[in-house]
Amino acid sequence: MRRAALAAAALAAWAAAPAAAEQLVSSLSSQRVLITPSFVGTELVLFGIVERGANSPPRRSGYDIVATVSGPRETIVVRRKDRMLGIWVNAESRTFVEVPAYLAVLSTRPPEQIAALDLLRRLQLGLRRTLLPQQIGPDTADVVRDDPFRAAFLRLKQSRDLYVEAPDGILFRTPVLYRANIPLPAAAPVGSYEVDLKLFADGALIARGRETFEIAKFGFEQFLAASAVNDGLLYGLATAVLALLTGWVASVVFRRD
Amino acid sequence: MSPRRRRYVVSFLDLGSAREKRAPAGGRAVQIYLPIADLPVNVFVVFAMGLAVGFISGMFGIGGGFLMTPLLIFLGVSPAVSVATVSTHIAASSFSGAISYWRRRAVDLSLATMLLLGGFVGTAAGVGLFTYLRALGQLDLTISLLYVALLGSVGTLMVVEAVRAILRSRSGKPVELRRGGSHTWLHGLPLKMRFKQSRIYVSTIPVWTIGFLMGFIGAIMGIGGGFLLVPALIYFLRVPTNVVIGTSMVLTLVTMATATVLHSVTNHLVDAILALILMVGGVTGAQFGARAGQRMRGERLRLMLGVLVLAVGIRFAVDLIVRPEDLYSIRMLEGAQ
Repeated sequence: MRRAALAAAALAAWAAAPAAAEQLVSSLSSQRVLITPSFVGTELVLFGIVERGANSPPRRSGYDIVATVSGPRETIVVRRKDRMLGIWVNAESRTFVEVPAYLAVLSTRPPEQIAALDLLRRLQLGLRRTLLPQQIGPDTADVVRDDPFRAAFLRLKQSRDLYVEAPDGILFRTPVLYRANIPLPAAAPVGSYEVDLKLFADGALIARGRETFEIAKFGFEQFLAASAVNDGLLYGLATAVLALLTGWVASVVFRRD
Repeated sequence: MSPRRRRYVVSFLDLGSAREKRAPAGGRAVQIYLPIADLPVNVFVVFAMGLAVGFISGMFGIGGGFLMTPLLIFLGVSPAVSVATVSTHIAASSFSGAISYWRRRAVDLSLATMLLLGGFVGTAAGVGLFTYLRALGQLDLTISLLYVALLGSVGTLMVVEAVRAILRSRSGKPVELRRGGSHTWLHGLPLKMRFKQSRIYVSTIPVWTIGFLMGFIGAIMGIGGGFLLVPALIYFLRVPTNVVIGTSMVLTLVTMATATVLHSVTNHLVDAILALILMVGGVTGAQFGARAGQRMRGERLRLMLGVLVLAVGIRFAVDLIVRPEDLYSIRMLEGAQ
């Protein structure tokens, strides 16, 4: 009874004075990743500290962090080949609507050891628990976890390093200083990315944090990609002229008479 | 803990700016990020591919698109970008070839113009169907089936014809030329026209049809269609062989340059950087290939080309028949970003 009252008082104090609880301070090594001709993928460093308030309660098991990095949304079609008339052709397909093109879940420990499953599910922590809505008729809905198309989608994304699960990706250097590397493969699409940080202690969510960064094409790459889309005709004509020029130069250089 | 995971384990000694991931074997200096294909490739590998395919194309007087497109797909470039970009590559190599044939006056311009009238319509129709099939998700299957059907049949025909020619020359009989006054139903068609350079007098309908099919197939499959056009002109229209290759190169040049522009306008898929590396390798290789080809006997050359064409066709057939390692594939839905 006494303990319950104490807990209620602590909860009231936490609600009234958030400064008393821990705060998650974070920073990224860069807010902007530029794709240059030599881009082969990169790693961003995420680091920060857990700032304890004056009245922060002691934590028995130390802190745990789960960081979810999600990239721009895209709609993906997953197709399954089936044998028809002796050849393998794309038959059934599922459309995953507005799912992250890139998704990384980094944590200090496997999320299952950090918090209870229902909490993890509610917060969508871990690839298995991330909502992946599929087009079902006019509606979208997520399906059971072991749906073969959903599993294939996760597997193929992971094989391209676009979906990453690193249960040891975040390390605490001191009890409050943490650091993580966010691996970004060359195939990571351009767009804005969000890092969603969640701080746990003793199985409970006690603080959140948020960082953003962006991947953008730069210089000549950006110029080419933009003109290919915006001035398709001009781009096509220029490319065709480039081809003729190359052919002409070759015929001049290798002329044998 | 898998090796990949291990890489993400952080080391606190280098708490600083982001460090770049080490490039795969070959070093970072030769890697270049392709702006449209959206992936880094090794410049030397792409250049060597251009060189090798260029060598073959110069040797046999073909564009080499039927080899280049599968090679690019193998490299990880998406089939759509491969097909669109290879058209640029073929435009370059056929232009350099066309110039040298032009100097030798081995080009029938009026025949090329008539073929082109059909070719333009065919290319536009091909790019249209390409766009439609891509939206439908069956582009890969269509490309594969076309490769199997076309390369398989043309390869077989070429091998059979070349073996017969070799056997005939071994047994000492004179090579039988199916030329002369033999008329087929093609000569009964209306709209006849005289082509001086080719010394033929035929209806323009089969000429347009051949041009249309070349443009259509080329746009869908990312091939110039030289290996189809050359036999078609020789066997159906009875055009003399020396004029055929030069005329076919002019035709290929124009259809492929058109395909480059059309693919750029409709699908935005031509990767200029990738095309440039391929072109420089291609036109260089073609020169050496042409010299090697001139030292070989005609029927041997045709046999080798036939075997090559057939092999690529069989390779595609095997992919369709053998159970794929992964039944699933993912692709971004177009126009839904």
